[in-house]
Amino acid sequence: MSLAGLARDAGDAGDYFIPYPDQVLENVLENVLVFLKSRRDRNAVSLVCKSWYRAEAYTRSEVFIGNCYAVAPRRVTKRFARVRSVTVKGKPRFADFSLLPQDWGAHFTPWVAVMATAYRALEKIHLKRMSVTDDDLAVVAHSFPNFKELVLVCCEGFGTGGLAVVVSECRHLRVLELIEDEVFDDEVDWISCFPSDGPSNLESLSFDCVESPINFESLEKLVARSPLLKKLRLNRHVSVQLLYRLLIRAPQLTHLGTGSFSPLEESNNENTRETDYVSAFAACRSIVGLSGFREIAPEYLPAIIPVCANLTSLNLSYANIDAEQLKPVIRHCHKLQVFWVLDSICDEGLQAVAATCKDLRELRVFPIDGAENAEGPVSEVGLLAISLGCRKLQSILYFCQQMTNAAVVAMSKNCPDLVVFRLCIIGRYRPDHVTGEPMDEGFGAIVKNCKKLTRLAVSGLLTDMAFSYIGQYGKLVRTLSVAFAGDSDIGLKYVLEGCTNLQKLEIRDSPFGDSALRSGLHHFSNMRFVWMSSCQVTQEGCLDVARQLPRLVVEVFRRDEEEGGQRGDFVDTLYMYRSLDGPRADAPLFVKIL
Amino acid sequence: MDLINFEATELRLGLPGSSTDEPEIKSTTSPVNTNKRSSPEMDSNVSDENGSSRSPPPTKAQVVGWPPVRSYRKNILQGRKSDQPEMGSGMYVKVSMDGAPYLRKVDLKVYKSYGELLKGLQEMFKCIIGLYSEREGYKSEHAPTYEDKDGDWMLLGDVPWEMFITSCKRLRIMKSCEVIES
Repeated sequence: MSLAGLARDAGDAGDYFIPYPDQVLENVLENVLVFLKSRRDRNAVSLVCKSWYRAEAYTRSEVFIGNCYAVAPRRVTKRFARVRSVTVKGKPRFADFSLLPQDWGAHFTPWVAVMATAYRALEKIHLKRMSVTDDDLAVVAHSFPNFKELVLVCCEGFGTGGLAVVVSECRHLRVLELIEDEVFDDEVDWISCFPSDGPSNLESLSFDCVESPINFESLEKLVARSPLLKKLRLNRHVSVQLLYRLLIRAPQLTHLGTGSFSPLEESNNENTRETDYVSAFAACRSIVGLSGFREIAPEYLPAIIPVCANLTSLNLSYANIDAEQLKPVIRHCHKLQVFWVLDSICDEGLQAVAATCKDLRELRVFPIDGAENAEGPVSEVGLLAISLGCRKLQSILYFCQQMTNAAVVAMSKNCPDLVVFRLCIIGRYRPDHVTGEPMDEGFGAIVKNCKKLTRLAVSGLLTDMAFSYIGQYGKLVRTLSVAFAGDSDIGLKYVLEGCTNLQKLEIRDSPFGDSALRSGLHHFSNMRFVWMSSCQVTQEGCLDVARQLPRLVVEVFRRDEEEGGQRGDFVDTLYMYRSLDGPRADAPLFVKIL
Repeated sequence: MDLINFEATELRLGLPGSSTDEPEIKSTTSPVNTNKRSSPEMDSNVSDENGSSRSPPPTKAQVVGWPPVRSYRKNILQGRKSDQPEMGSGMYVKVSMDGAPYLRKVDLKVYKSYGELLKGLQEMFKCIIGLYSEREGYKSEHAPTYEDKDGDWMLLGDVPWEMFITSCKRLRIMKSCEVIES
């Protein structure tokens, strides 16, 4: 019923036109709510009363779906009518480590089908761990005339053919970011499919995960006609010589993914090599983020020195370099806030980082070698150094072969701002290698001293004591990852009873069973998901949960896709999550929904 | 060293490519960009059954999904040069069809015979494909061919299936009228 209609009716009756008070309030509210961006605030607003619910729904332009199976697409489009941006997350994180069978689900197709008619003004799609087909991409390209941004993270199911359709038909495309996706090589020259008439609107283009070669001439021309291009992340098929050609055309870049950062074999001109690259980088005065280095020839690394002083983000996590190769570069990176690196730099490299990068907020140290050896290039020495040098640290992911409680305790005290603490001791069940004790005290100190901690991943030899600490002190913890840890059900009970803000729980290979599972019944409906694989829960235990919590979808399956979901006496994998719309209709045969 | 490679060097009687009854090691990793070091699935029952879940497993065996590093990252670091996974969980070959815009990939290990393969290809490309026979000629518009290890293009069906899957590098579905008998 429109206001105009109301006015007409009222006028005919010879009365003043008084719009319903609710209507006035809603109009005012809508104008205010337009400025409200935070999801949590919006959810709170929508709970006030029906009229606020409506106003909020009408003004929400960005929708975030944390679990694609928690709600049906149509329910979303019915509630939120004027959406410009959609974010959908699909598979649970352990899918990244081959623990989820290939055809499990998280299909984008039903979402895009519904959005194609409901959200004609859609501008942005952001997907994480979804299965996206070329046909889905075609629907995107054809359905949204104003489409501007496509960001796909850890997705699979599409190929260069699908990309070609998107880039050729989305004339307003500003952002195309492909991050750690698996992209089929359909041998389609998608880079050449960008419209070549006139300047492009492109601001960000990331394709470092695309394994197929690209047409460099087309790319070069594209960069040349994209004056607004700020972020460019190349794949490993772009050699350092080709990178040079792009750099001189795009000195306005703020973020660069350097491609292979090694020369094509035939090259060789010792004299001009370094000078050219150095001045090319020097001309890029705006670069704040560097990544790539996919097949680095370490002698080229110093070429980036001119931009180091401005760098806030440096990703060397594909670069197999040692401490001596890192030092000349890192000592210039005073402003660095985000640093991803391989453990090839050793403790010594980390010490160099700690000496210079006083503003470091996020550190990730990845392993070059995942085998469970006794020795490893980084250890508690590096962790301690970082904790002493980088006091503002907020987030750390650290892979190592062995660790000590002392170093972890030190970090808990030196870095009170820690929000994310993920320590992965690759040697399973490894105790403190100096004292021989479990790692309980270290992780205990983290939850106790880091008052802002919301995400925790534990490893090493851990008894139920560690979980007692987590339950007792980890009141803000929302995400917890556990592997090969704990003694008995009590461990998980401590967590489920103590961590009142727990949202995402992922556990593998730990001796937690039905009794522990039951202790979480009061909380599961408040969580996004629970994953338990190779633990000791039984079919009956899971059935029990399913019966008592009808709003929970309880999936049971085997990693190897054998039907039934059992491995011996226990369930192989349990994955459960709340849903407004009941069990999904697209579950494959090997998934049993209880 | 890739544990799965042992098979290739085993001395056996029998045609190359013929398999003995191997223990069914079902693959769990994603078919396309497989981790070259993908390990045979270690039965986690080994530690569970004994009741002592803390006994360190044998160090030689690798555990699926451990350490928790994305397989994509593992692949890159091991300097995987070709984008075709070679061993372990699949035998992927590219398939092109004359006239179709996109290439596809098929996992030959999934099929047990030419018949099954053709059926799979037909579903994939939505067309009828028939094997050539000396007597009857082409039964359909499209003829399946493949490129073998030596780079020669052969018609499908000439060699026994087991030999075919080890020597096939790539498939191409041609229009029957364009196939030239060599």
